[in-house]
Amino acid sequence: MTKSLLRNAVYACATLSLMALPALAADPFGTAAPKRQSKGTIIVGSANFPESQLIATIYAKALKSAGVPVETHMNIGSREVYIPALIDGSIDLLPEYSGSMLTYLDKNATASSPTDVATALKAALPKGVSILTPSAAQDADTVTVTQATATKYHLASIADLKPVAGDLVSGGAPEWQTREEGAVGLTRIYGVTFKSFKPLDEAGPLTLSALVNGQVQAADVYSTDPSMAADHLVALSDPKSLFPAQNVVPIIATAKVNPIVIKTLNAVSAALTTDDLIKMNVALGNHESFNEVAKDWLKAHNIK
Amino acid sequence: MISWITNPQHWTGSDAIPLLIGQHLAYSAVALAIAVLIGFPIGLYVGHTRRGVVMVAGTANALRALPSLGLIVLLVILFGPVFASDLAFLIPCVIVLVLLAVPPIMTNTYAGIAAVDPAAVDAARGMGYSSLGVLLHVELPCALPLIFSGLRSATLQVISTATIAAYVSLGGLGRLIIDGLAQRDYFEMVAGAVLVGALTLVVDLLIALASRFTLSRGLMR
Amino acid sequence: MNFDWLAGEAGDIGNFFAWHAALSVIPVVAALVMALPIGWLVKQSGVLRPALLGIAGLLYTIPSLALFVLLPLVLGTQILDPLNVVVALTLYTLALLVRTVCDGLDAVSADVLQAANAMGYRRFSRFFRVELPLAVPVIGAGLRVAVVSNVSIVSIAALIGTPQLGALFTEGLELHFLTPILTGIILCVALAVSLDGLVIFLTRQLTRWQPRS
Repeated sequence: MTKSLLRNAVYACATLSLMALPALAADPFGTAAPKRQSKGTIIVGSANFPESQLIATIYAKALKSAGVPVETHMNIGSREVYIPALIDGSIDLLPEYSGSMLTYLDKNATASSPTDVATALKAALPKGVSILTPSAAQDADTVTVTQATATKYHLASIADLKPVAGDLVSGGAPEWQTREEGAVGLTRIYGVTFKSFKPLDEAGPLTLSALVNGQVQAADVYSTDPSMAADHLVALSDPKSLFPAQNVVPIIATAKVNPIVIKTLNAVSAALTTDDLIKMNVALGNHESFNEVAKDWLKAHNIK
Repeated sequence: MISWITNPQHWTGSDAIPLLIGQHLAYSAVALAIAVLIGFPIGLYVGHTRRGVVMVAGTANALRALPSLGLIVLLVILFGPVFASDLAFLIPCVIVLVLLAVPPIMTNTYAGIAAVDPAAVDAARGMGYSSLGVLLHVELPCALPLIFSGLRSATLQVISTATIAAYVSLGGLGRLIIDGLAQRDYFEMVAGAVLVGALTLVVDLLIALASRFTLSRGLMR
Repeated sequence: MNFDWLAGEAGDIGNFFAWHAALSVIPVVAALVMALPIGWLVKQSGVLRPALLGIAGLLYTIPSLALFVLLPLVLGTQILDPLNVVVALTLYTLALLVRTVCDGLDAVSADVLQAANAMGYRRFSRFFRVELPLAVPVIGAGLRVAVVSNVSIVSIAALIGTPQLGALFTEGLELHFLTPILTGIILCVALAVSLDGLVIFLTRQLTRWQPRS
């Protein structure tokens, strides 16, 4: 009995490891090779939301057609993971938003205009990491309400919220509650204090669902979200510039910067507009693939 | 981390530690109660009649394979339009926890009943017990150790997973973990994890004690 | 279901599925190898046993993101290294399996152990030749739970962008698109059912001594 048990145990282990093998062959841990790839190859990463993945796809395709060897590692979780990944060399290049990146690096940052944010960001960057020229395209935080709420309370700007906010529940990412460019700043700069705050996700599906279905009446939503048009949402204007600029900017390992890379990514940044982001997000919402949308945009702007 | 927990500021207000523990226990208790109501009778029936064994095992395993986080967000989006209140978050959260707790309770009840010595069952029948009598007076008491073990693993999983309630804007100790992460206050995050762990241990101990008092003396060596 | 989308993404989905399968199996095998000696030690520990099992259960409550941030420091790996996922999942699976192994060894009757002692088995060989084979049915049952639960836990690998079926959930939610979500759920369940079947098959192979009804 013991012999057959042993034989069977070996057999069991072999079967289990064999099951795993084809999987490894399909993608032999190559996308995240333990050391920085040999000279020149740039690993493009992205955060785990569609717009980030789309811009990363555009970067990767543009670099590839400029003759730069490229690998991709898309859909990495949050900043807590992908920034350390950039620093330790797991990835080399990533699209970022200037304001959020600055707040991540410096909790007490106060810069608001695009140039101020870019300057402050450059100063706050960790060693070995650089930013290239920011694009004019922005995807900013907004205080957003439904069309029905806007009509009911005559809301157009955040300032209009002041007399009615006591009746409304706000929603956003958990950190919104304690951030200057969130609940704290709303009270300090606009005198707006909501009845209560619901901690949801970072302008993701939970927040949109809660806003559309009335669990919250005002929420932090990104300005390029396709739901803005689809769900009849109104982004309130921010006349006192509470929210910092959120220009799309390539953030890259300094060791990988060379004239071709700079030229290619600057061309992408120069051509990209906020309207483009909105249109491409709508296309993604219509279930077009990242590759197709990225290819179409590059073709339309003649970036090869 | 210790100083975070002992900081008096964290013992009052809407994020007071006792309040969060209370919420955490409330979500867990509701989910477990519902799971027992569902899983226990099915387990008894299947164990007693041996009907639907394959289905029970298959369903239990299919339920286990459902990723909790994906499921809760999906349910919130589906339930969002139905309720305007917090129920839109509460119900999905409880459903996910119930789905988590049903498999261990159901399969252990079934396995416990099925494992009862057939000689004991035959003896009871011979003494004139009805089918229900056999179930209640022989099979159930003999199966209790396994049933409690199922209840314990269900409780353990539910309490540690109830942290996802915070992910969909509700309370509970997950608040500390998720807010700590969002505000990059790692002490808060660790404090949350430690409190969840401690809570799990205490509840586990209580169930162990309860099982000691309910078990038939004859079953203990 | 949008079948055009499915056809277009079939390559990626296949890749996700293969990764998901690998990430479901490897940690379970690794955790089992570790759970056997640990479970045996815990069984010997007497009074300490509930506490030790409690600690094993605590592994479950470590937030996965915290684990991913800490593991590279401990292991010296890069933060996106899939090894981190494997180690994290192994720890979570270990938490499930230690109790199972312990229960399995408990299920071996004292009479059998005495008989084995009388036949001259020493501790080590008694464990491998008597206790372990007799514990296989219970361990196998626990292993089924562990394998299937792992299929669900693997989706936490999304935190560090390791490709797996969980990516279909996030994508579907962000784009308000049910096809990837349903595809992900169906493939997860299919994977779980087949791995479960495999464990049942292997348990049967290892327990030929059991009478078949």
